[in-house]
Amino acid sequence: MSKPYVTILGKAVRAAAKLRGGGSALPGLVVEKIDPSFIKNTLASLPRGIVVVSGTNGKTTTTKMVVELLESQGLKVFTNRTGSNFTRGVAAALLGEINLRGELQADIAVLELDEAHAVNFVRTVPPTYSLILNVMRDQLDRFGEIDATAKMLRAIAMATTGAVILNREDQRIASLASYLKDQKVSYFGLAPQLVATFPSDDNLHGGKLQSTQQKASVELVNFDDNIATFAINGTPISTPLKLNGIYNVFNAAAALATVRAILGANIDAKKLISVLSEVTPAFGRGEQLMVDGQPVELVLVKNPSGFRLGLESFNPEGYATMIAINDNYADGRDMSWLWDVNFESLKNGVDQLAGMRAYDMALRLQYDQVTVKNIETDLPKALKKFLSSNKQSPKRIYCTYTAMLELRRQLAKLTTVEVIG
Amino acid sequence: MTGRSLILLQLYPRDMNIYGDFGNTLVIKRRLEWYGYEVNLISYNPGDKFPDDVDIIIGGGGQDSGQLKIQADLLQIGPKLKELADDNVPMLMICGLYQLFGKFFKTASGEIIQGIGLLDIETHGKSERLIGNIITISDQFGEIIGYENHSGQTYLGDNVKPLGKVRLGAGNNIEDDTEGAIYKNVIGSYLHGSLLPKNPKIADFLIEKAVTRKYGAFYGEAIGDSYVEPARRAASKRPR
Repeated sequence: MSKPYVTILGKAVRAAAKLRGGGSALPGLVVEKIDPSFIKNTLASLPRGIVVVSGTNGKTTTTKMVVELLESQGLKVFTNRTGSNFTRGVAAALLGEINLRGELQADIAVLELDEAHAVNFVRTVPPTYSLILNVMRDQLDRFGEIDATAKMLRAIAMATTGAVILNREDQRIASLASYLKDQKVSYFGLAPQLVATFPSDDNLHGGKLQSTQQKASVELVNFDDNIATFAINGTPISTPLKLNGIYNVFNAAAALATVRAILGANIDAKKLISVLSEVTPAFGRGEQLMVDGQPVELVLVKNPSGFRLGLESFNPEGYATMIAINDNYADGRDMSWLWDVNFESLKNGVDQLAGMRAYDMALRLQYDQVTVKNIETDLPKALKKFLSSNKQSPKRIYCTYTAMLELRRQLAKLTTVEVIG
Repeated sequence: MTGRSLILLQLYPRDMNIYGDFGNTLVIKRRLEWYGYEVNLISYNPGDKFPDDVDIIIGGGGQDSGQLKIQADLLQIGPKLKELADDNVPMLMICGLYQLFGKFFKTASGEIIQGIGLLDIETHGKSERLIGNIITISDQFGEIIGYENHSGQTYLGDNVKPLGKVRLGAGNNIEDDTEGAIYKNVIGSYLHGSLLPKNPKIADFLIEKAVTRKYGAFYGEAIGDSYVEPARRAASKRPR
């Protein structure tokens, strides 16, 4: 089939899927089946190349930051904004952006890719830049072991033609540098006093905390009261941020390092920082909604390290807390991960548990001696109860991926929720 | 009953705890405390001095790289562990340490990793990974519910009994219907989840054996386990 036909067909499926509601990856799947080289051919034309963002935690928010930072420097950026980070999600996003001749009007593409899919993706479309965030225990039922996931990330780094940006504080990521002979390598990192704030899976039960000695392109030096200080190429610069949670702020360092690798000396640093100060987290990553005049925060938790960082980043004092745990394929079916998170910081109690595995969560809290007020596996019912029982308080909901999607659907009936995709 | 205390040892928490197996240690610790006993929790890592006195030993699963890190040390303390097992010390070994408590692990490429031979089992590495929810039935503990994730397949010898018979999932291997192994008070199993929170009967078995061995008899008021049944029901309805 010729290119215009594939494009028109794909666009038609996209329109139809939108009418049906949801299904952001379906049109991409259709195009992928009909013309496997569609993505490659379309992206190959971009003058500044392709940036791939991968790793276990923080892909979506970091991608959003890289996009907004590049736009602040005058680039037109294509991205898979839907958070549908499989190849077909990229194809679906492309269909929304190209004209009927199949041309993409952009300077550069910034793509968030799931580790496993990225390996296939980079085989057909080698990235110009890759940003490798971290590798943590996540969905081991899908990938087997952390070391196997690290190998996938290695494949992405090695397929990169230009520069690779690595997390200096994650041993498995920093050590990828030894495989990279033809690529430029730069790092983002943490000042020594912040390293302890980011426990990895290895040091959860006594492994060593270490920071490698490599010089960082961008280092997060301090984060206090929503003021972050970064050392950019050694020069400190402070800014207030709208991002919640120190892990999002560390990802801001990753985004800055990536933009430096792409633009080199041609950066308007002042503009960069002023744009960074306005970046809000991606949906469900500390996103705030208003219900009955009180904020409701959604914190996505996908794996033990993410959950631990979430609990460390958000003070439960004064907040009503709900936790929603599903075990659909996209959440990971194995509940073991809850036992690698310490919940003692919630000692003042949890107001509501929800989701298919609400009682697994209840057991987990019981053994950390945290009291639970209400348990309801049905998410809409649980949300209703949580909102009505805590009308006067700000609220925070920790939720797994599919639980978050369902909660956002329910919350959209009560308040304005940004439409995704 | 004050002053009654037990020593709970977790084997290799640094390198062998990838699937939340620390949950098993936590469950034993808390339940002992709730039953009115004091608990001295010891983390044992490679190179540490193995304590002279131990009442319960818990071990978990690890990545291949973790198993390589602990193997030499494990072989060194193997005779001591065997002595304790024959002295009826209760132990729970999950996944990776279950395999290494056996005679050997033969990798898919034919390499032999020596185990300590405390359990009469042998394990063969296969290319297929056995992953998913699992339910087994045991005469002693009833339904056992958990999650398995392993590529080694284990075969039982004459000196062990299976922990359970598989109703859903793979268990020790894909040929017979056994899951886990029991020798004296030592239980080996592939079940994560963690195993003990949703299967408190096994936790209480280990606790009673340990307390009885040390103090002659076990006392303790029933623990409020009201979340257990709904959690087990939910888990048993989920797809593999």
